[in-house]
Amino acid sequence: MITVELRKLMLRPRMWVSVLLLCLLPAIVAVFLATADFPPPPGQGGAFLSAVLRNGSLYPAAALALVLPVFLPLAVAVLAGDAVAGESATGTLRYLLVRPVGRTHLLLAKLIALCAFIVLAILLVVITSLVVGVILFGTGAEAVGQPGAVTSLSGVTLSPAELALRLLGSIGYIVVSMLGFGVIALFLSTLTDSGLGAALGALAVLITSSVLQTLDAAAPIKAYLPTNYWLAWIDFFRDPVFWHSITNGLLLQAGYLVVFFGAAWANFATRDVTA
Amino acid sequence: MIVTRALTKRFDRVTAVDQVDLHVREGDRYGFLGPNGSGKTTLVRMLLGLVYATSGEIELLGRPVPRRIGEVLGEVGALVEGPAAYPHLSGRTNLALLDAAGPGGDRRTRKQRIEESLERVGLAGVDRRPVKAYSLGMRQRLGLAAALLRRPRLLVLDEPTNALDPQGIREIRELLIDLNRSGTTVFLSSHLLAEVEQLCTRVGVVDRGRLVLEDELAGIRSPTGRVVVDTPDAADAVRVLDGQLEHREGERLFVRHDDPASLNAALVTAGIRVAEIVTERRTLEQVVLEVTSSGSDRVDRSVT
Repeated sequence: MITVELRKLMLRPRMWVSVLLLCLLPAIVAVFLATADFPPPPGQGGAFLSAVLRNGSLYPAAALALVLPVFLPLAVAVLAGDAVAGESATGTLRYLLVRPVGRTHLLLAKLIALCAFIVLAILLVVITSLVVGVILFGTGAEAVGQPGAVTSLSGVTLSPAELALRLLGSIGYIVVSMLGFGVIALFLSTLTDSGLGAALGALAVLITSSVLQTLDAAAPIKAYLPTNYWLAWIDFFRDPVFWHSITNGLLLQAGYLVVFFGAAWANFATRDVTA
Repeated sequence: MIVTRALTKRFDRVTAVDQVDLHVREGDRYGFLGPNGSGKTTLVRMLLGLVYATSGEIELLGRPVPRRIGEVLGEVGALVEGPAAYPHLSGRTNLALLDAAGPGGDRRTRKQRIEESLERVGLAGVDRRPVKAYSLGMRQRLGLAAALLRRPRLLVLDEPTNALDPQGIREIRELLIDLNRSGTTVFLSSHLLAEVEQLCTRVGVVDRGRLVLEDELAGIRSPTGRVVVDTPDAADAVRVLDGQLEHREGERLFVRHDDPASLNAALVTAGIRVAEIVTERRTLEQVVLEVTSSGSDRVDRSVT
């Protein structure tokens, strides 16, 4: 069943369109940055943007910062929201269950396919933005005097190997963050026959969380908001790596994963399939 | 093959299936009849473990359902409330994905089984176009092909001839009879009397969630003890048949008699021309209409 889910994912034109759009946004931003001759002031247009002008190999990090707040969660919500509700709406759910595929097994396969999608999307964003960044901004060898070297946010110079390692860490962290969010959409997907409804529900959670995050009055629950530690992956680019938020973020997402996957399972395994 | 005991399903306040005791034996071609909304589909869904019963027991191929459903569904082919497939993929890809999704779909024989199934339902020549470009009839055939993919011992079919033209209906009927001869038990749920009458050997009738009749088709279609005679000399015949005649409709006479052959001889001897003479049998339609009320899609004003 797991391989079937992965094959279905790969055979889906919609999935490739959403990945393509994800890759397009950083490319558009890069073109504008390259054609304008002034760097964006710090704090405008996302993290790392002023740094990438000096070194294109940092552009994947900037690209991740661009897609993370809205576009990536949007793609995740659409896919995860459709996971069970979409099968239910086309009627294929009943044929899968009668095949027979166990309900728990089906849900696990959906989760793994979701995970595969997130990894694939992020990897493609990183690869395309690396290519775009290096072409448009160069590798910054002339600035630091060492080929391929990058300056961390703390001002220390990072070697290419170190940069790759930190980038890998960030990717892993973002995958976990997205999975913790996607599982909310997956849970909603078991409640309804409308994939769109489930995706919108998850986006409502995302927006609520982002709003509360900036609200001082909501400070007591801030640490439990799903989006609270999403940007903690930036700490991978400090020197030394600033682990505090990263660990908290991983624990929080693990909590969301357990709670909402558990809820999805409890609901799906016991409900009548009437569609 | 299928046994249910006091099977009941309630959705909130509505009782969809009420104390049903069903017995489908191996080798049956069982017709499950009932008006729209009488609980047929809910019962089929319970048999397949999609809907959980409120109370009562189900046995499918000797195993309790839904507790051990995973062990038996591999030997069951099903078509539930219309076919379904991924619209952007071809029919063959759909069958391959479905076969790979569960246990018992041997990968080495998959291609061959898919071609065999498509051949059986009359889709052997179908090209690589996606299912969304299929006609309704083609989708119905594809759904049947999916049900036949692993040569099941039991076929559970909910309205299998929906969307098919008369030619297609006949093809599917012949296919089902053929499969049944080679040992497949067929459980067919339908509201089409003619379909059941032409295909099935046993019939169960549900009305408002209750099983109101379960019998051999031959038993249901028993002689009524009357003979129907068509004659252009009806008026003369009435005199000859004095006392035996029960009812007259123009040139058609309903005569209380056991043996059409001897009745025919008696009439002809009396100089009465007989155009047609036949033993009257109860039709399935009469029997079903006797035991059922109108379907739930008819909504009358309540009398106050």
